[in-house]
Amino acid sequence: MSEIRALIVDDSSVMRKIVERALRQAGLDALVVHEAGSGAEGLEVLKSKPVDLILSDINMPTMDGLEFLRQIRAQNLAEGVPVVMITTESSEEHVKQAIQAGAKGYIRKPFTAEQVKERVLPLVHAA
Amino acid sequence: MAVSLRESVQRVSDPQNLDASVEEVFQMMLSIECKREAGVAVEDKETVTSVVGFGGLLSGACVFRSGAKTAMKIAAQMTGMEFDSVDNTVKDGIGEICNMLAGAWKGKVPELAANCGLSVPAVITGRDYHLHVQAPEFQLHHGYRFDEETFEVTIVCDGLQ
Repeated sequence: MSEIRALIVDDSSVMRKIVERALRQAGLDALVVHEAGSGAEGLEVLKSKPVDLILSDINMPTMDGLEFLRQIRAQNLAEGVPVVMITTESSEEHVKQAIQAGAKGYIRKPFTAEQVKERVLPLVHAA
Repeated sequence: MAVSLRESVQRVSDPQNLDASVEEVFQMMLSIECKREAGVAVEDKETVTSVVGFGGLLSGACVFRSGAKTAMKIAAQMTGMEFDSVDNTVKDGIGEICNMLAGAWKGKVPELAANCGLSVPAVITGRDYHLHVQAPEFQLHHGYRFDEETFEVTIVCDGLQ
């Protein structure tokens, strides 16, 4: 598989590393990772760096993941790039809100590398 | 119709939900098998405590507490790094563990999953401090063990709508 450029947005640096490790375990060996600690930082990254995949937490200070998603669309950033939400929020309502805001996938924390593989790889292949 | 859990305190406070949440988070994120054990208490001088607040249908908090050595071991398992002090990465990792425990626990009750929000984690480190909650609606306080390490998880509910 060719190089995949992923943006991982989470206020926890530990969680960003865990997500990166899960992506590599899922088979994305040629992975270039950009990190952001909030939705606002994520938007800044998207203005300067092309990416193929975005993974974002929802509960973050300053700008949460849902607002980050809405801003991506409002500012016409990362068009056609799949966004997967990774979050502790598990209700149908949260999933619905994320999908309405433009997410293509949803992974609940805690997660296994296998779940990341199942939900992320098809999106990467389809993009 | 407004959602209420006032008549469902027993279901919300089911201790098995907390044990299942702890086992799930430690197994899935850390590949650690941990079990609840009666009488387990954190007796280390230096401890790490993380608190994630609940708001909405239930108000209260999820509290994780362990000794510094256990916190470093958990963070090492999360990151693949070694730690010799409770630095910001260890605090970040313990905050995330508490966040996932709180999310997994509320996710066991559908009404809470949909109508109860989580705060961002706060992490406290130090020696000889105690957490005191005034007259909670209910409280679950469980001790767990993995390898030689022990930790405590507490769910405090001080209001249920």
